[in-house]
Amino acid sequence: MPVEWEQLIDLGSREGAGPGPPEPEHGAEPGDRPGRLRRLRERLSKSREALRAELSASLFDHLDDETWERLEEALILADVGATATAEIVTRLEQEVEAGRVQGPEATRGRLVELLAERAAAEPPRLELSAKPTVIMVVGVNGTGKTTTIGKLAAVLRERFGLGVIVAAADTYRAAAIEQLEAWADRAGVEIVRGNPGGDPGAVVFDAIAAAEARGADVVIADTAGRLHTHGNLMEELTKVRRVTAKRLEGAPHETLIVIDSTTGQNGLRQARAFADSVELSGVVLTKLDGTAKGGIALAIAGELELPVKLIGVGEELEDLRPFDAEEFAGALVGE
Amino acid sequence: MREIRLALLEADVNFKVVKSFTAQVKERCLGSGVLDSLDPGQQVIKVVDSELGALMGGASRELALAPSGTTVILMAGLQGSGKTTACAKLAKHLGDQGKSVALAACDTQRPAAVEQLATMGKRSGATVFEQGTERDPVDIAEWATAQARSQGIDVLIVDTAGRLHVDEELMDQLAAIRKRTKPHDILLVLDAMTGQDAVNVAETFAERIDFDGVLLTKLDGDARGGAALSVKAVTGKPILYASTGERIEQLERFHPERMASRILGMGDVLSLIEKAEEVSDADQAAELERKIRKQQFTLEDFLTQMKQVRKMGPLQNVLGMMPGMGGKAAKQLREVEMDDRELDRLEAIILSMTPAERADPTMIDGSRRKRIARGSGTTVQAVNNLVKQFAQMRKMMSQLAKGKMPDPAQLMRQMR
Ligand SMILES: Nc1nc2c(ncn2[C@@H]2O[C@H](COP(=O)(O)OP(=O)(O)OP(=O)(O)O)[C@@H](O)[C@H]2O)c(=O)[nH]1
Ligand SMILES: [Mg+2]
Repeated sequence: MPVEWEQLIDLGSREGAGPGPPEPEHGAEPGDRPGRLRRLRERLSKSREALRAELSASLFDHLDDETWERLEEALILADVGATATAEIVTRLEQEVEAGRVQGPEATRGRLVELLAERAAAEPPRLELSAKPTVIMVVGVNGTGKTTTIGKLAAVLRERFGLGVIVAAADTYRAAAIEQLEAWADRAGVEIVRGNPGGDPGAVVFDAIAAAEARGADVVIADTAGRLHTHGNLMEELTKVRRVTAKRLEGAPHETLIVIDSTTGQNGLRQARAFADSVELSGVVLTKLDGTAKGGIALAIAGELELPVKLIGVGEELEDLRPFDAEEFAGALVGE
Repeated sequence: MREIRLALLEADVNFKVVKSFTAQVKERCLGSGVLDSLDPGQQVIKVVDSELGALMGGASRELALAPSGTTVILMAGLQGSGKTTACAKLAKHLGDQGKSVALAACDTQRPAAVEQLATMGKRSGATVFEQGTERDPVDIAEWATAQARSQGIDVLIVDTAGRLHVDEELMDQLAAIRKRTKPHDILLVLDAMTGQDAVNVAETFAERIDFDGVLLTKLDGDARGGAALSVKAVTGKPILYASTGERIEQLERFHPERMASRILGMGDVLSLIEKAEEVSDADQAAELERKIRKQQFTLEDFLTQMKQVRKMGPLQNVLGMMPGMGGKAAKQLREVEMDDRELDRLEAIILSMTPAERADPTMIDGSRRKRIARGSGTTVQAVNNLVKQFAQMRKMMSQLAKGKMPDPAQLMRQMR
């Protein structure tokens, strides 16, 4: 059972914006077009193929040292990391030896369960009950922040009928504002922009004011990509957050870090540093349409108790999905 | 051996590469009786280091520039790996060597990618050939090549859209661009933070476009960059350039033997020494060292240094290159850490001080702070911070100079 958008998005008791598309005559919730689903499936299966070759279905038929070695190899190749891999494999091995898990089916099932538990203790929620809700999107350079914002804005508008404003608070990178503008256009939402080189906090400030004035439901703020090792760029981000919180109580309501699934063990350091600077509420795992598995998300979720909430599976407007821990875990071991 | 295996995995070296590598090291250690020596630990590290160095590729390599006419360089890579920025940096790098350089904007896929290249291209001083986003990138590439040739441009750098190696259609397109532009060099742009998947990516790109070398990006972060090793091991392609920041001049020739120590987590002393040699002459350096040691380093010196440091890259790059600057030291340093955008501000503040104030910042009292803040268009708080940070930095630098930093010469001996 794939996780539906309605399970992810928490609108609380917000008035006026009930679930459901505003233009029912289209009858086309983005998730329901068969062509699109097929494409998604194709994309996802592509990303699984490589691992399937590693972990054959018969892996658990005979349990011996080689089984555990193969399993370790598969998880490490999926970027789960040596420590987390060792923990998971040891645990499974112990349970099997103690006789609590028996037979190949059950062993595989238990493995997926263990992985899924680590990825998300409970089904993630995106908290959008405040009006306006402010979502701040952060991460290192090139992970897919701007693209994710475009996609998310489209879902919130089309599927939930929410009024969305995107804030172009990446005032640093060349043509970043134009890029977000193009996405706002595609998603059919408004954009609030400042000047290149301007103060990013001021842009978010203005966007919140605009949302209040126009009765918009959600503000999504794009921020400049920055390496987590640059102390004062991180400080700048803290400042943007502070300005936001001052302007609107409770804001930002969600702060999402975008992690590229091709990222290796450095992803954990990224998440740690951003969590220190801006108090993250969740992870967006992008580029899962490639062959990378995004196993670093397990380490992040495990260590920082930071759930993955969304995944990116392509460069088109509709290539964003709610995170599904079981599906993700299954893909990690090639289901 | 287990520690080495873990260190390599932690550095994102591909599992399979790690396996064959550790097997090789083991063999060599057994064969040479290293394990029976007095300090087996040290000896093993030595073997690991020399094997790693050898694997990373021996001597560094140059771009193959055409002896006459226009050299075409094709840039390719995954989405978000840093191609556009790398194009502009390479343009600047080659431009600084006296070449006339042009950029071809063939990323018609990502919104505003053409604008980004145009903006950055201008900054690099290169000509930008673009035709918007409507035409086929293959045609644009061919057109730009013809333009460059007819204008007698020395080097044309072709920027392409980021693409997944499993995207058949886009990989076909890249192969077509290659066929039409007949590049002299093809560079794969690879993010230093890439994990295990780097080998799949590199293998496919090698198969489809047979790239000549790698440009490694985002090395200003704290990624150990094991992916570079994997790629080298699997494809045999050398790494030519390293990109170390968002600013346009932050591109360097790649040094394989240094990367080996980075992967093992040793700190990049050699880079630092070379950089320092590049930007300051020896007398000046000696004088500076004396001042640092005695805590007589003034804001005036700081200003001069800042200008030089900016040529070396962001301060934390420079400090990060020193061994022993990871972990706790790095945390300490964070308090005095600063980067480009802040350096501008700092420069303005210092320039608003009188020479006396620069020589002895302790004399800067409340009313002076207000004046300086006004003069530099900053806040009193910013001035306070600078004075405070400077005092901290002066102390730390003097500690470093007094020998908490390992002797680089000794380190080099250890390395080979
Ligand atoms: N294949 C694939 N590509 C993606 C996905 N998400 C983003 N991208 C691509 O990754 C590249 C970088 O995306 P951006 O959205 O510009 O990333 P960003 O984090 O905003 O980048 P900066 O602002 O420069 O730090 C673009 O080429 C996107 O099209 C995804 O889920 N799959
Ligand atoms: Mg962006």
